[in-house]
Amino acid sequence: MSNAPSPSPTRWFKALRRTRLGEPCLKTYHSECVGLLKRARAAFQAGRTAKENFRLAQLEAIVRMLVEHEGDFVDALGRDLHKPRFETIVSELVLVKNEALHAINNLKKWMQPQRVERNLSTTLDECLLVNEPLGVVFIIGTWCSPVQLCLAPLVGAIAAGNCAIIYPPEYTSHTGELLHRLIPSYLDNECFHVVLAGITDLAEVVELKFDHVFFVGNREEGSKVAQAAARTLTPVTLVLSGKNPCYVDQQCDIVTTAQRIAWARFHNAGQSVVAPDYILCHVDVEAQLVQALKCCLVQFYGSDPRESQSFGRMVNLESFNRTRDLLWRSGKVAVGGQMIESEKYIAPTILTEVVESDPIMQHDVFGPVLPILSINNVDEAIAFINRQEKPLCLYAYSSNSKVISRLMSETSSGSFCSNDSILQSLLVVLPFGGVGASGMGSYHGRYSFDTFSHRKSCLLRSVRLECVSYLRYPPYEDRNLALMTWANTLSQKSQGWCQIL
Amino acid sequence: MDAQNQVVERLRSAFRSGITVPEGFRRAQLRNLLSLIKDNEQMILDALHKDLAKPKFEAVISEIDMVINELYHAIDNLKSWMQPEYVSKNMATKLDNCFVRREPLGVVLVIGAWNYPLQLTLLPMVGAIAAGNCAIIKPSEVSAAMERLLAELIPKYMCQDCYAIVCGGAEETKVLLENRFDHIFYTGSQKVARSILQAASVHLTPVTLELGGKCPCFIDDQVNMDAAARRLIWAKFFNAGQSCVAPDYVLCSRATRDALLPALRQALGAFYSEEPRTCPDLGRIATDRHWTRLMELLGRSRGKVVLGGESNQEEKYIAPTVVVNVEEADALMEEEIFGPILPILTVESVEEGIDFINRKEKPLALYVFSNNSSVITTVLEKTSSGGFCSNDGIVHMTLPGLPFGGVGASGWGNYHGHWGFETFSHRRGCMLRGWALEKINTLRYPPYTEDNLGWLRWTTSARKTAWNSCTVM
Repeated sequence: MSNAPSPSPTRWFKALRRTRLGEPCLKTYHSECVGLLKRARAAFQAGRTAKENFRLAQLEAIVRMLVEHEGDFVDALGRDLHKPRFETIVSELVLVKNEALHAINNLKKWMQPQRVERNLSTTLDECLLVNEPLGVVFIIGTWCSPVQLCLAPLVGAIAAGNCAIIYPPEYTSHTGELLHRLIPSYLDNECFHVVLAGITDLAEVVELKFDHVFFVGNREEGSKVAQAAARTLTPVTLVLSGKNPCYVDQQCDIVTTAQRIAWARFHNAGQSVVAPDYILCHVDVEAQLVQALKCCLVQFYGSDPRESQSFGRMVNLESFNRTRDLLWRSGKVAVGGQMIESEKYIAPTILTEVVESDPIMQHDVFGPVLPILSINNVDEAIAFINRQEKPLCLYAYSSNSKVISRLMSETSSGSFCSNDSILQSLLVVLPFGGVGASGMGSYHGRYSFDTFSHRKSCLLRSVRLECVSYLRYPPYEDRNLALMTWANTLSQKSQGWCQIL
Repeated sequence: MDAQNQVVERLRSAFRSGITVPEGFRRAQLRNLLSLIKDNEQMILDALHKDLAKPKFEAVISEIDMVINELYHAIDNLKSWMQPEYVSKNMATKLDNCFVRREPLGVVLVIGAWNYPLQLTLLPMVGAIAAGNCAIIKPSEVSAAMERLLAELIPKYMCQDCYAIVCGGAEETKVLLENRFDHIFYTGSQKVARSILQAASVHLTPVTLELGGKCPCFIDDQVNMDAAARRLIWAKFFNAGQSCVAPDYVLCSRATRDALLPALRQALGAFYSEEPRTCPDLGRIATDRHWTRLMELLGRSRGKVVLGGESNQEEKYIAPTVVVNVEEADALMEEEIFGPILPILTVESVEEGIDFINRKEKPLALYVFSNNSSVITTVLEKTSSGGFCSNDGIVHMTLPGLPFGGVGASGWGNYHGHWGFETFSHRRGCMLRGWALEKINTLRYPPYTEDNLGWLRWTTSARKTAWNSCTVM
């Protein structure tokens, strides 16, 4: 197995020094991006990424990188997001490792051409589906889970045989720098590159023309990426955050519900694309839910969450101010509400008496604030949800399977989970993506491989059976046409396909 | 245009009411579409003849039968396509239900093309109906007779609240695109695709693009010359060369070319007689504008016409034409030909052929004629294209088990059969959990401890074996 060539020592040392001293981010200028893309394209055209061994080596290198530098990742995310070590390991590193291992275990199978069912006229032929890489792909992560959202798609891109340019998010500069430093030491230097650029330059980089663009982030930026990609006829996969509704029924295990919701909502200080954004709670159980959540929060973070090692901070002041603003102008604070600007700290907060027109319901809540709206029954909940844009995730808590069934079949969302949250986005066997305003395309496991591949239909014919082929040649005769149509109808009735062409 | 807004609104309310979701409704509409075709076969043939002088034989096998087959395939398989797909469970999710549901997207727009006006408009529509969507069809205004016929028949046979047809040219399409759709399916040219994509990106609408390209045809030295010539001629001059998957140009060695030409001459004579203009089996160019474009390309070409070359503007007729001594920079190599003109370029080896092909944009289809399977495999592996066919042309797109679509400049997304259903569906990952196993869940809750972390790591980490990843979170 070939190892990745070692990087230029000077560059490595400089980057290392900068990261350690916490100096401002180095930026990859536009001309440099052009150069990197050229190199990646040349490497792809030379066939570097084609062989299974190469892909396996790269995937194994990713696993090694995460294991060997676990401390560095924990450190970087701690500095960027005040992310507790536990969360970094469990929700970022282990996740990517599992994706990589799943890909390693299945790569051979995924790379096999798939045989397609044959019919009477193609019995002597071979009908196959061959998976081909697309070329050079551009992966744009978002700041709330910078490692996972950059590297999980990268695993798919590598497995499918592409070269890739990765763009770690701007706001998490320490993590970005770390990736910029580490990737050249582990992955092939010609095929994979990390660019650090400002968010405003994103559209420009997209327009350099890639074979696929993968973006996770908010709707506004997603739209800009989609428009830039449209100008260059580039296919995109968009996973866009939005307001994920969570319905709590009057029939449910309140304590467990509260625990699962609290965990989902307040991990990473609420900065997650898959967390429940707001609760639609049945009036009968609202008071109990609030009480249960209150107890839960004390159980999780103690009486002063600011002291807790398990609770994060807002990524920057802008985000802090925006969340504070939404909080103050909506509903009533039932739990929490404390804020400390210098620490970018917002306590886990629960709002009640929130209505549809409140500011917090008009914007995505990227912070530890959970609004609760009262509703009278399931119909009202479904109608409410369907008035909004299709969300990335939809959650429902109920012991009544009919209620769950209704919520699932009468609404639409990227994914759905009942009686828990977030988990459906972590399973490597379920597709994760959006629909409508929450995006297009999906990834995770096999779906990542498919997203970054082209399925080529191949028909390998022999020159035999020319005696049958002649039926289709001019001069066209009604007799021949009748024969062919007759063969057609035969097969229609027996469900097989027989097109004598 | 207000009427268009209203149409979209009407379809959206119908979709919201849930009427298109049940299997019974979808099957009934598919059967209605089947009746539409079967009841009006003669009118369809007449319209196709009016638009493209399409011979009855070609119209039946490439338009009518294709749509009928697709419909039967959908009707027969709808139930299984609609089933949720259960995924493998692991240790922690044994008590849960994990599956992928296929859900309709909403109101979709299908924009057809003029070269196969029935098939390219209705085949995507079959996928859209089967997937449970409402659909607006916009046939190409260039094939005006078919456009008129569809405008008359679709409201007659299909549920008017759920399926509508909008007619018009570029202006009307632009206005239509200002509305928000849940998916847009476009077959046509790259230039128009760009503006459609830009309009769609404003609403974050996913798009399937079926674009053309120059489909190369590599002919090896070891080949059954007569059979290859016949199949090549058939594929090239079918519909007077106006197929997005027609072999656009030929690459072969000089020696092969010299052996090919007599075989081509013979096949042409056998198929279209010595006077192709009088042969009823040869189609015509769709419009004056397209005819002029083709004649201009032929005129500017520095190659030599060895077969055919005759034309008649009034009839929009161009004889099946073969041109040799064509170089890479020739006029005929500038854009997709889309007509009955076949340039032959010479390359002295398979590698040279592959390099040539890879210098160009990825085409919709790629063809290789050879008796040597390793040559075929080499070309297959070293090039990329939407589809691939060896020792024949076009037919790979008629098999329902094979997805039909492009890559790179020839588009993205695909359809036909089950793939059409998938294109117009949303694959929603669903997990139904119970209340049990909360004790295991507590491992993931704060306050975070190293012990819990150790446990979680142990249970959730995949191994480098066949063990499935176990998410105990």
